[in-house]
Amino acid sequence: MRIPCPLCGPRDRREFTYYGSDDYLNRPAPDAGAGPWDDHLHLRANPAGETHDLWYHEAGCAQWLRVHRNTVSHEIYGAALVAGLKGGAQ
Amino acid sequence: MPELIAKPALEKAPLTLGTCRLEAVDLGPITSVALFPGQEKAMAKALKPLGLSFPDPNSLSAKAGVQLVWTGREQAFLIGVTAPDFGAAAAVTDQSGGWAALRLSGDKAAEVLMRHVPLDLRAAAFPPGRAVRAPLGHMSSVVIREEAGFLILIFRSMARTAWHEIEVAMRTLAARA
Repeated sequence: MRIPCPLCGPRDRREFTYYGSDDYLNRPAPDAGAGPWDDHLHLRANPAGETHDLWYHEAGCAQWLRVHRNTVSHEIYGAALVAGLKGGAQ
Repeated sequence: MPELIAKPALEKAPLTLGTCRLEAVDLGPITSVALFPGQEKAMAKALKPLGLSFPDPNSLSAKAGVQLVWTGREQAFLIGVTAPDFGAAAAVTDQSGGWAALRLSGDKAAEVLMRHVPLDLRAAAFPPGRAVRAPLGHMSSVVIREEAGFLILIFRSMARTAWHEIEVAMRTLAARA
């Protein structure tokens, strides 16, 4: 499995550390209450198919990436720098 | 103030096996230059006296023995010269004591290094002027392509491990020749 880092180019997945769903990019407001915070911290979809998740390019450019991939076919559609994203998860 | 004595990270004589040569290199000052947002013009101006430009990802800018090597998003290492005043253009930190440098040269250099760095380092794919952040075994490194081989920057504390790993790869390939 190779992840196309927007800065470094295609790299082996062992250079990356997996973090989790890109839901983590949608941080609720501090006063949003227990419900949204519970969702944000604990509730995750478990899709069979396309997913967006966060990977850290530890052995390369040390950037966080949002990777668009498929959990069934293992196809990787693309990756974007979290630093360059407008808004949160998609 | 105590008087501190600068010591090299590696006290190793150059190693030549077959056509391949490994040596420790003293690069002089190494400075991390991390560009602040929107400061590209100020950076270009600060770099002008050195004849350098801020490098694109996976590349470097070099002039008269001084190089500015890309090491991350909007970050580069200035090597071989005391850093000029970058004003408010960049966050500047001295990295000289944090890194050790090895030079690997010879016509089998790419084959040796590719045993530890999972990238295509052959001249066609990785020509002079290119520089990458890449793992060397399990160590973080900066690999810079030179005409005759590679300049490898490694964390100073791991210099002996890196030397050992590369030496093993050199011996393995030399034994096959």
